[in-house]
Amino acid sequence: MALPELHRFTLPNGLRVVLAPDRSAPVVGVSVHYDVGFRSEPEGRTGFAHLFEHLMFQGSESLEKLAHFRHVQSSGGTFNGSTHPDYTDYYEVLPSAALERALFLEADRMRAPKLTEENLRNQIDVVKEEIRLNVLNRPYGGFPWILLPPVLFQTFPNAHNGYGDFTDLENATVDDCAAFFDTYYAPGNAVLTVAGDFDPEGAKALVEKHFGDVPARPVPSRPSFAEAPPKGELRAEHTDKHAPMPAIAVGYRIPDPVTEVEGYLAYLVLAGVLTDGDGSRLQQRLVHRDAIVVDVGAGCGLFGPLEARDPDTFSITAIHPPEVTSEQVLAAVDEELLRLAEEGPSEQELAKVTARWVSTMHREHDRLTSRTLGLGSAELLFGRAELLYELPDKLAGITTDEVAAAAKALRPDSRAVLTLKPASGGNE
Amino acid sequence: MSAPTKHRSAEEIGRTELGPRPFPELGEQRAAADLDTVDTTLANGLRVLAVRRSSVPLVEVRLRIPFGDPAASSVGSTHAARAEVLANTILTGTATRSRVDVDTELALVGGELDAVVDPERLALSGNALVSGFETVLDVLRDVLTGATYPADEVERERARLVERIRLARSQPNVIAREALQRHLYGDHPFAKEMPEAEEVAAVTRDEVLALHASAVLPRGSVVVVVGDVAPDAAVRAVEAALGGWTGEGTAVALSPLSPVRGGDVLFVHRPGAVQSQIRLAGRGLERTDDRYPALQLANLVFGGFFSSRLVENIREDKGYTYSARSHPEFTPGGATLLVDADTASEVTAAALLETRYELGRLGLVPPTESEVDTARRYAIGSLLTATSSQGGLASFLMNLAGLGLGVEWFTGHPGRLADVTVEQVTEVALEFFAPTAFTGVLVGDAELLTPQLRALGGVTLP
Repeated sequence: MALPELHRFTLPNGLRVVLAPDRSAPVVGVSVHYDVGFRSEPEGRTGFAHLFEHLMFQGSESLEKLAHFRHVQSSGGTFNGSTHPDYTDYYEVLPSAALERALFLEADRMRAPKLTEENLRNQIDVVKEEIRLNVLNRPYGGFPWILLPPVLFQTFPNAHNGYGDFTDLENATVDDCAAFFDTYYAPGNAVLTVAGDFDPEGAKALVEKHFGDVPARPVPSRPSFAEAPPKGELRAEHTDKHAPMPAIAVGYRIPDPVTEVEGYLAYLVLAGVLTDGDGSRLQQRLVHRDAIVVDVGAGCGLFGPLEARDPDTFSITAIHPPEVTSEQVLAAVDEELLRLAEEGPSEQELAKVTARWVSTMHREHDRLTSRTLGLGSAELLFGRAELLYELPDKLAGITTDEVAAAAKALRPDSRAVLTLKPASGGNE
Repeated sequence: MSAPTKHRSAEEIGRTELGPRPFPELGEQRAAADLDTVDTTLANGLRVLAVRRSSVPLVEVRLRIPFGDPAASSVGSTHAARAEVLANTILTGTATRSRVDVDTELALVGGELDAVVDPERLALSGNALVSGFETVLDVLRDVLTGATYPADEVERERARLVERIRLARSQPNVIAREALQRHLYGDHPFAKEMPEAEEVAAVTRDEVLALHASAVLPRGSVVVVVGDVAPDAAVRAVEAALGGWTGEGTAVALSPLSPVRGGDVLFVHRPGAVQSQIRLAGRGLERTDDRYPALQLANLVFGGFFSSRLVENIREDKGYTYSARSHPEFTPGGATLLVDADTASEVTAAALLETRYELGRLGLVPPTESEVDTARRYAIGSLLTATSSQGGLASFLMNLAGLGLGVEWFTGHPGRLADVTVEQVTEVALEFFAPTAFTGVLVGDAELLTPQLRALGGVTLP
């Protein structure tokens, strides 16, 4: 794949900037990734990074509450933000005439957000509604992204609920917000990405104009969140009062995507061999041959591949009828992993996964939102935005032996198994 | 919080020496390139709409086959169940390809193909690297003209479908949607988006084969191709692959619906719910109606985007909801306006009250010039961003094609939006957003909600 044009520079205040011009459509994407996610939350403040993300939309020295939304939308744009284990992102995608406005909006809240008691209380209510919507009132809510980490991991940063519990959210204070902002939202702790329809020289001048006078602040040194893989099989059970059928999630540890990217990517290929398409190993075995699950999926990272630093998770999840036991599902998964470990996948299986990845990457790049966010997170987490464009070739370089070795490393004696039970036992 | 030893106060953070800064003006907007497009109908009656967008070396293919229940009522009809089994097995075998062959051939060209059905249409959607365009078309040809519905595949998918229906019906939004459709449209087949499990379990392979023969028809159907391929060449490729797809008659479009009329909201009990689904509905306008652009802007001002009155009230002011929105749905022969919000049980009645208040206010305190301009610029800009990818453009054109429209509607729409006056928005707001024009359903825990809803009124309680 041809490498698109990428420009990068760092402002004197430490802000890293990635420019990715592409004139094929008259739209532009702007994102800011801050190097803080829910792994950095202290104990007693679960959900704080995400709550804080909400507050960053609530006004600044230059813009009253609600003005941010109105300015983006009245410029014809869309916006959002999201909180991950290792970063928080903010973005706008707009007609290219609005580029300077988007840069102004991101610079303005990086410089002087208004953190008020009224907005904090309001957004605590909104976040609680978000949690009710996505977790508490919904079958399989938080499965497996909230429920699996506390089984697989032992330390608070890796194991706790990133959405937060209601008591912790309610206890948040404006002073907590001020401390969080001053610590983690320094320009030197962020990456600004601009992708789409613009002239690089003009965009660079606008970036300097708007972000140049955000004062530099010390950048926190990121602690290591490393912890040892499990020394045995860890088990837990969760009761879901809304779920009509049982489910299972199996979590394994995988190589550090920063220091062992090829090792990590072997698991990405393995995930494709296992569950991508009707011909994949687990679809064939569990859905079509044994017919013991309704659906099965596998993947790297609980937020998607290459979306977190070490330690990261490989997971296999399935929903199954109550007459099938979780042990039956697990035994079939283990058999298929063993077969892959011993015989390896065929060349054709790898060719399928590689071709679908090339195509998927093109499709992601064609959506400006995904491209902007992908470049920004790759630059922030790995220091290499171009990794995004190199992935297809790197994936094509993964060998059958490497995939076999990855399958072999998914050992029953070093994993987490979470079973989800319906409150009714699955019988209505 | 423990992390920093010393930090500024929130007040210090929100203040700089220079003070507030002026918001920049918009720059010069570059026009989108003209779309190179062909819209034609093949001899077998299949319409082909091809558009070139060469941003990435991919091609998107969408086939829409009108797939309505020919019966006037869904009562006693097994169409929905047979259609669902058909959609789940059409890609599982032909004379020359097994299910795994289909997946393998498509995967090797970076492709995929899916089939889904709803009361209006059967849709086959695919994509691939542009080098695999002919492979996707050949698989499409093969399943359209020769799907064999292998007995073991039909049996397994039928069993799996029963489980998937059960899973779907445990989701609060699905419960609310099904209740709303029944409340609005009764036994009209449009209301039956999901068959009953026992109806699915009774579907035979012969019935599926018969349905394919009678309903999977080129006449009335449309193929949309968007990608890095010249439109003429795309049409030729589609003709070479699908020109031989034939069948008697025309694919069945659903009969028109009666317009939604206002009335009480129907309460639906969901024991143990900690949050309620508010789903209101009123009559809307077709895309081709002269007043549609004005209604589109009125809807945006009401609840159609984040900077709307409803979101600012019940989310940003009161914190009752994470998401509230209103949006049009285009239905057979018409359109419906839908208003959705999910709220905690304690504030559900209050959120319903505020939603009705905002409905009334839109007509009585009409949108200002500034509200209309914000909505207008959002409508024009978001059309540009949503269709700037191949997949986004293909899906948008597919929806237009389903309404009998084409690329010219898309390219002409910014101009129509630009021409709407505040008076026109005011007029449609009063007529279409009147609280009396709406009805709907509310799903929640009756034990917690009944006293407040009884006091509020306009809700049919159990």
